[in-house]
Amino acid sequence: MKKGILTLTVNNRPGVLNRITNLFTKRNYNIESISVGQSEQENISRITVVVHVEDENVIEQMTKQLNKQIDVLKVTDISNQSIVARELALIKVLASSQTRTEIYSLIEPFRGSVIDVSKDSLTIQITGESDKVEAFIELLKPYGIKELARTGTAAFPRGTQKQSVVKSFTIV
Amino acid sequence: MTEKAVVTASKAEHQVKSGAAFLIDALKEEQVEVIFGYPGGAVLPIYDEIYRSGMNHILSRHEQGSIHAAEGYARITGKPGVVLATSGPGATNIVTGLADAMIDSIPLVVFTGQVATSIIGSDAFQEADVIGITTPITKHNYQVRKPEDLPRIIKEAFYIASSGRPGPVLIDIPKDVAILDGKVEGEPVMDLPGYQPNTQPNYLQIRKLVEAVSSSKKPVILAGAGILHAKASEHLLQYAEQQGIPVVHTLLGLGGFPADHPLFIGMGGMHGIYAANMALSTCDLLINIGARFDDRLTGNLAAFAPNAKVAHIDIDPAEIGKNVPTKIPVVGCAKEALEQLVAQDGKKPELTEWIKTLQDWKQEFPFVYDRESETLKPQRVIELLHEKTAGDAIVVTDVGQHQMWAAQYFGFTKPDAWVTSGGLGTMGFCIPAAVGAQIANPDATVLAIVGDGGFQMTSQELAVMAELNLPVKIIIVNNHALGMVRQWQTDFYEERYSHSKFDYQPDFIKLANAYGIPAFKVDNEADASAKIDEALAIKGPVLIDFDVEAEENVYPMVAPGKGLHEMVGVKL
Repeated sequence: MKKGILTLTVNNRPGVLNRITNLFTKRNYNIESISVGQSEQENISRITVVVHVEDENVIEQMTKQLNKQIDVLKVTDISNQSIVARELALIKVLASSQTRTEIYSLIEPFRGSVIDVSKDSLTIQITGESDKVEAFIELLKPYGIKELARTGTAAFPRGTQKQSVVKSFTIV
Repeated sequence: MTEKAVVTASKAEHQVKSGAAFLIDALKEEQVEVIFGYPGGAVLPIYDEIYRSGMNHILSRHEQGSIHAAEGYARITGKPGVVLATSGPGATNIVTGLADAMIDSIPLVVFTGQVATSIIGSDAFQEADVIGITTPITKHNYQVRKPEDLPRIIKEAFYIASSGRPGPVLIDIPKDVAILDGKVEGEPVMDLPGYQPNTQPNYLQIRKLVEAVSSSKKPVILAGAGILHAKASEHLLQYAEQQGIPVVHTLLGLGGFPADHPLFIGMGGMHGIYAANMALSTCDLLINIGARFDDRLTGNLAAFAPNAKVAHIDIDPAEIGKNVPTKIPVVGCAKEALEQLVAQDGKKPELTEWIKTLQDWKQEFPFVYDRESETLKPQRVIELLHEKTAGDAIVVTDVGQHQMWAAQYFGFTKPDAWVTSGGLGTMGFCIPAAVGAQIANPDATVLAIVGDGGFQMTSQELAVMAELNLPVKIIIVNNHALGMVRQWQTDFYEERYSHSKFDYQPDFIKLANAYGIPAFKVDNEADASAKIDEALAIKGPVLIDFDVEAEENVYPMVAPGKGLHEMVGVKL
């Protein structure tokens, strides 16, 4: 399985997100994560979709099918590009007086921050690429995660691309 | 409305009208000749406007009838068929037709009523989430929130439905939007930055194709419905003749290339002719023009065209490489691509031996049935229809065995004479689609060839034929069964005929007569010939119930999961 990241700009109109997710269902594609929010342009939203697929042809097919949507302005497959990608997670973890210091020692190297504290738990915010978030969650699991919320990845290409990695499509 | 629109409108007069009036005026602007519809509560304001405007409206007897009629109309005219249905059940009744039009690329503009904006989402009377339901089966859909948006939305809808790869567009209109007045300044301006269909093929790809043809030894053209949508039949003929390349048709492409032409090999696919399937299986260059490599055409993909370099010309880039790996992708309109190919006038390949092989296969393995049979064979009925009309007819079918026999035996020589539900395989399509086809071309002989199963799904539309005296010739190929289901149960389910045979059927003659439609029952060849003559002479609708050999099966066949080269039933 291969991880793919698509970034879309779409008209910010009612029902557009439904059109996108509907298309994934219709074409039997599974969404790993999806994040939506306003872009730099007014009335245009940016959607970042992370998928796991068998091979690159599936991502090409997804890109083409998404492009056919009237409300989709642009689709870019950034799977093989040099990108900046971040995800945010909120983790409420059990923290007794015995484990509290230990948990704090984990937060530091991951550059997480504690945003809420209660008698028996800590709520930690962590941002980064999915792998990092994943690793951090794994480390916290033994302590007992009470609640977990993840935003999904937001991403776009870096300002400067290494020429060799830009994916060229066969269809012009 | 965009800023641009406001700028261009500044000098023009403004108009204040109800949503319904905007709608009807916009339809006139699009030169819509006919609306296929069925009224109801949520569309009363629109029907009131139709009443006032005198707009031509065909009242079906079920909303499914409206939309299939619009499909038949669109297939024949090439113009979007227009449908109007009410909210809730009216809208859900057109869902099948939308899915059918979507998969077969039929342009439609469909209007549905909706409950008033103030009560949307409250589970109001006759409310259904039509946008949610129809999003996956429309090219695009809209819910109108303000009357003044209607002119722009309708303009966009007609453009989207009929440009690029055609398809259905739905516009959902809440009742208050139809009633209330809106103010519009000037002409509507489309706002579709995300929609730019590309029709012009890339020159480099065309050159690659020309070179591939020149160096090929066994090329074949697979011509799909894209040829018909693009009105490119003549261009296809010109190109095939210029390069001497044989042509295979898909089911939906029939008529795009003349069946009596020496370069025509026949229809390919599950029930295609042996020569066509072998052409696809053994070619070294496969030029797909406007077909989407449907599974009923390709058979097992692993065994499909194993030695071929594949070139694919399609207006929809997503179709290229979807099912079959493609070496030469050409995104664009079939007509423009063929024009460019003809203009290139590449070196003609030497194909004498290849053509001879195909001709031999064609001769040795034609479509066959037992001509000595005592009983009336369904294939014979199709042949007789062709003979009696000299092939000059629009053939509309339903789905199943009769559909395959019509495709195999009618021998289409002209484009836009074949209306069938290919991708979705919609039973009940034929009778209403024939209504639409006849309205599209009132002077044509329309043959509605239908099975006894599909006929019963939408037979209520006989009322429309009778009311408008549409001279459709209804041909029931009656085997007292769901023939194709029965055939599969014979071949793959050890003759366990689970619910595929009709132990009870109405008297179709009396049923037709009840609508005031003359009807005949025929069970032998002599009567068949005479009654077809009689029916063709009648200047109005007529029904013939052909009691055909009930056990007849459609052959040859590529069994599911098999490759095209593994046909069974090629000989009697």
